[in-house]
Amino acid sequence: MDILSWIADIINGVPILGQCLNDLGACGDALKIGLFNGLIIALIAIGYTLVYGILQLINFANGDVFMIGTLLTFVGVSALGLTEGSAPTIVFVSLLGLLVVIMIVTASLNASIERLAYRPLRNAPTLATLISAIGMSFVLQNVGQVILGPAPKSLPRLLSNQTVFSLGVVDFRFNELFVALITVPLLIALAWFVQNTRQGKAMRATAQDREAAGLMGINVNRTISVTFLLAGALAGGAGLVVALFFGQAWWFFGFPFGLLAFTAAVLGGIGNLTGAALGGVMLGLVRALNERYVDPRWTDVVVFSILIIVLVVRPSGILGEKRTEGS
Amino acid sequence: MAVVTSPVGARRGFPNPFRDVAASRRQRTILVVLLVLAIGYPFFYQAIPDVLPRPSVNNLIVMVYYAILALGLNIVVGFAGLLDLGYVAFYVFGAYSTAFLASPIFGLHVSWWLVIVVAVAVAATAGILLGAPTLRLRGDYLAIVTLGFGEIVPQLVRNLDKVNINILGVQVIGPDFNLTGGPLGINPIDAPTLPIPGPWGRELVFSNGNPAGSLYLAMGLLVLSFFVCRRLRDSRLGRAWMAIREDETAAASMGINTVTTKLLAFALGASFSGLVGAFVGAYQTAVFPESFNFSVSISILIMVILGGMGSLRGVIVGAFVMTYVSQTLLPFLGGFIDGPVQSFGKQTGVGFLENFTLVAYNFLIFGVILALLMIFRPEGLLPAAARKAELHGEGVAAEATFGTDTSVADAATEFEEQIGGIAEAEGPGASPPGAPGAPGAPGAPAGEETAGGAS
Repeated sequence: MDILSWIADIINGVPILGQCLNDLGACGDALKIGLFNGLIIALIAIGYTLVYGILQLINFANGDVFMIGTLLTFVGVSALGLTEGSAPTIVFVSLLGLLVVIMIVTASLNASIERLAYRPLRNAPTLATLISAIGMSFVLQNVGQVILGPAPKSLPRLLSNQTVFSLGVVDFRFNELFVALITVPLLIALAWFVQNTRQGKAMRATAQDREAAGLMGINVNRTISVTFLLAGALAGGAGLVVALFFGQAWWFFGFPFGLLAFTAAVLGGIGNLTGAALGGVMLGLVRALNERYVDPRWTDVVVFSILIIVLVVRPSGILGEKRTEGS
Repeated sequence: MAVVTSPVGARRGFPNPFRDVAASRRQRTILVVLLVLAIGYPFFYQAIPDVLPRPSVNNLIVMVYYAILALGLNIVVGFAGLLDLGYVAFYVFGAYSTAFLASPIFGLHVSWWLVIVVAVAVAATAGILLGAPTLRLRGDYLAIVTLGFGEIVPQLVRNLDKVNINILGVQVIGPDFNLTGGPLGINPIDAPTLPIPGPWGRELVFSNGNPAGSLYLAMGLLVLSFFVCRRLRDSRLGRAWMAIREDETAAASMGINTVTTKLLAFALGASFSGLVGAFVGAYQTAVFPESFNFSVSISILIMVILGGMGSLRGVIVGAFVMTYVSQTLLPFLGGFIDGPVQSFGKQTGVGFLENFTLVAYNFLIFGVILALLMIFRPEGLLPAAARKAELHGEGVAAEATFGTDTSVADAATEFEEQIGGIAEAEGPGASPPGAPGAPGAPGAPAGEETAGGAS
């Protein structure tokens, strides 16, 4: 089945909704997978949107910092000697420890990239910084390729896929709940940080007007560093989740996930944290429905067509940009 | 009394019509020498000793057609200031329209010299169609939408091998109508031929079987593109593009139709990739969807920025340098370095050095070069004069241009001129304090302050 015949199907009056109602179990399954994938996309998307909000820079390297997260998970799991047979408690504790370590490493990686490659360009045209970001993305991809080799590396299945509970016709499995267990608290913690802490306030002020924030005594450079730390930490967390959930680490992961996440950020309204989370979940759902009911070969076409249609109708995303005028 | 800084109008680097005659003659000489060298290259390159990193004729062809692509993208990014991250989409249109018209897939075998016109027209139309919905979008939204097109179009050609359209029970197309050949691509495509008999046979064929001929064809296209781009740059349209790049609102208020101008930038920029698509399809006598991906778009963008956005010579040099380094220089240097590093790795037991190949670090090297280049020479290797002045100008006004609005720079210039005027009016004779000096400067503070500040 291809997209053209699907469009023809719509004309013929057989929309996805009808198929969904015919088989609630399969449909609920697709929605559930979409939701969990969407949460992962949201984590990376927030990294893009945070940086964009503060520097108006598409940080191309963000997706590759995420890839480094999957790489570190692979390295960590091998180093700790975790296998499918390891005791669940040991697995759980060591994974949590690994998560913290990875988040610290990717956060410092992202902040050092900013320090080395973007800060000297603070006053240069944005395009120069964008190219520098592309350069950093190349460097990280190459590092990943050297460490992991050209082919994807498989991780042991550490998370069981036993059903934990069922909601109607939809089964929730342990590995899926693990995704939610990591992503949801991280999203909430980030929202809390940005809304309620002093540093978060400084971030919002810097995003609104960097010069005025500097004049008010905010240390702009430190605020930008903190932004990159946060973005890197979230990307690292997403990396661990993806590596465990999909059971793979690959040097090329940064590009498809990064592209999807950036699309999600733009879809929701770039610079807008809620928008990025919403866009991520939306894209996850769209992709899952597409893969279930249309054809996985057309995923990118569907995703980008939606993006283009949304932007044509609402040029600044679904929720709009949270930025002051004229900046 | 010296004026503090020279006004903006007298900045060095701005083209001066009376001074450039000798320079343009010199440029023409350089161009002719380069052309002669390139034309002779297929004959003497065998004579260049192997120890030098010489590009093969086929590598030279790749360098030339990437230069044309860079010239095309330069219209969109460099002249009109629209960031396009999906330039590969137009390239696909050019290549596949060539494949449709001159291959066994539909049994059409149109002459390439006609096909190239169609390919350019198709790519330009695609530029308008893809450009139209993006016109309302600002900078980075435009970037992501064009990136989206750059992903959609190659996926379309990869997937449209079993088209099946059935509307209201009527089979319009299909079933399993093969439009694009799917992942296998379209093969073989007719090569361009000219009915000139000679030692090469009954007719002259420009395909990978005849590298020298293909090189001349590609160079002909490059020279053509260069002059078209130069005329465009100096035309009314070119000035309108640059006005939009500098300040869209101001350009619109000066009577420039921004919609048409931007669409023309997309269309004309795309037409060059249509040209290259037609050339590459015929030269390789095949098209594959795998050869059109994001990295192509990014490489071309890097060439444009590496060489110097908006500078025609710059982007050509950028394309040459980048293609040469990745295709010829790195494998060449690898030939020297790989062996010793591998044996060093074996001796010391360092795992990843044992399988070291320099080519595997291609992207790492490029990434570092890109970042360093942006930090130390953001205007590119051979920048356009205006941009160089903008990034390396002198005085307060030029500093204000650095990353901020041009209006700020203009305001700063005005301010400087005022201060300069005050200084000139008051400097000679050292007018006594309190005297009604500097009547021309409105709101001038007390005389001694200004005079003290300017001297």
